[in-house]
Amino acid sequence: MSAQLALDLALAAGLLWLAWRAVTTRDLLKSVILFTVFGLLLAIAWARLGAPDLALAEAAIGAGLTGALLLVALDRLRRAGAAPVVLPGDREPGPAARGLLALAVAALAVAVSWSAASLPEASAGLRDLVAGRIHESGVSHPVTAVLLNFRGYDTLLEVGVVVLAVLAVRAFVPLGAAQAPAPEGPVDGLARLLVPLLVVVAGYLLWRGATAPGGAFQAGALLGAAGVLLALSSLGSGALLEGLRGRLLLVLGFGVFLAVGAAVMGFGGAYLEYPRDAAKALILLIEATAALSIGAALVALFRANRSGLPREPR
Amino acid sequence: MTLAGWIALPFLLAGLFFLVAGTAGLLRFPDPHSRLHALTKADNLGLGLVALGLLPLAGTLAEGLQMMLAWLLVLIASAVASRLMARASEAEGEGEGSGP
Repeated sequence: MSAQLALDLALAAGLLWLAWRAVTTRDLLKSVILFTVFGLLLAIAWARLGAPDLALAEAAIGAGLTGALLLVALDRLRRAGAAPVVLPGDREPGPAARGLLALAVAALAVAVSWSAASLPEASAGLRDLVAGRIHESGVSHPVTAVLLNFRGYDTLLEVGVVVLAVLAVRAFVPLGAAQAPAPEGPVDGLARLLVPLLVVVAGYLLWRGATAPGGAFQAGALLGAAGVLLALSSLGSGALLEGLRGRLLLVLGFGVFLAVGAAVMGFGGAYLEYPRDAAKALILLIEATAALSIGAALVALFRANRSGLPREPR
Repeated sequence: MTLAGWIALPFLLAGLFFLVAGTAGLLRFPDPHSRLHALTKADNLGLGLVALGLLPLAGTLAEGLQMMLAWLLVLIASAVASRLMARASEAEGEGEGSGP
């Protein structure tokens, strides 16, 4: 057995075990930690499969930010005393329910195996089509060409979903509400060191997205991480997201995407059909504003989760 | 094996030793403070020695600098994280001698 195969098998086994433990453990804190580690291993798995775009997004959003959101939610539950942090043992399903669950899972496994087996043996998918037209897209990285040009409509809706999520949360919690800054502590030093670095790396990923893995979502996730770090430190993340400026920042990416899509119709194209010469500049404009809004949205979700919580005594 | 490989080997083995010892300590030590002590050895020395060992095998200077940067960032993050965890464990009142 080659070392590569051994590594992949260990990775696959580790993923299955972590997923199993994350849903079966009764201690919710353990469950969140297992889920975060699952996200990190999944990012390595994507990297091993040659999909660095997905690996970056998974590590930053799947493991990092989702983990942070879950931890804050757990803290809220614990302090509110509204729900037990350790699930009681008497919620075990009875034998009939177990049998039904086993049947349903078995049926799903059969269906998935059957569809996997009925796939054509080797298919290039849309790869050749994308490779053949990539010179028209304004960028040279195929993932960015598909996301921002050939299937730009899908990405527009994805950016819209992020705005919708923030609006849904806003229905419950005022997003711009001022929050007492955390007391000074070791996180301050970390924030002072890492926030500038995160901003630089986000800019780098955004620019590099045209020719290599990277782009708006990865850059936005890093900006979000920087904002979360600020929110956890005594420096605070508040001012940028408060009031009209905060609301504009949240909808900027979606708004610019919509407006660019409509504006290019003036040059005789369809919606989102960029003129070929301007494609690169337009894609960069959309990605830069989308990254800012995605970062702001992630910080807003994190802050909303924490708002109204009394400060932890230290 | 190449000369670079022979230079790398002792560093990698030493790094592996610290990673394994740190993991064993994390699993076996009785209280949060000693477990953190074991964990930081794995983070700082284990990863550092592995990164040093991989330096002679790096293809380019940029690759080597990236590995050193990764080590530096992990050092900073793990120092802050261990301090926060130590403080949290004290706040929970299980500082000394209590099991997991």
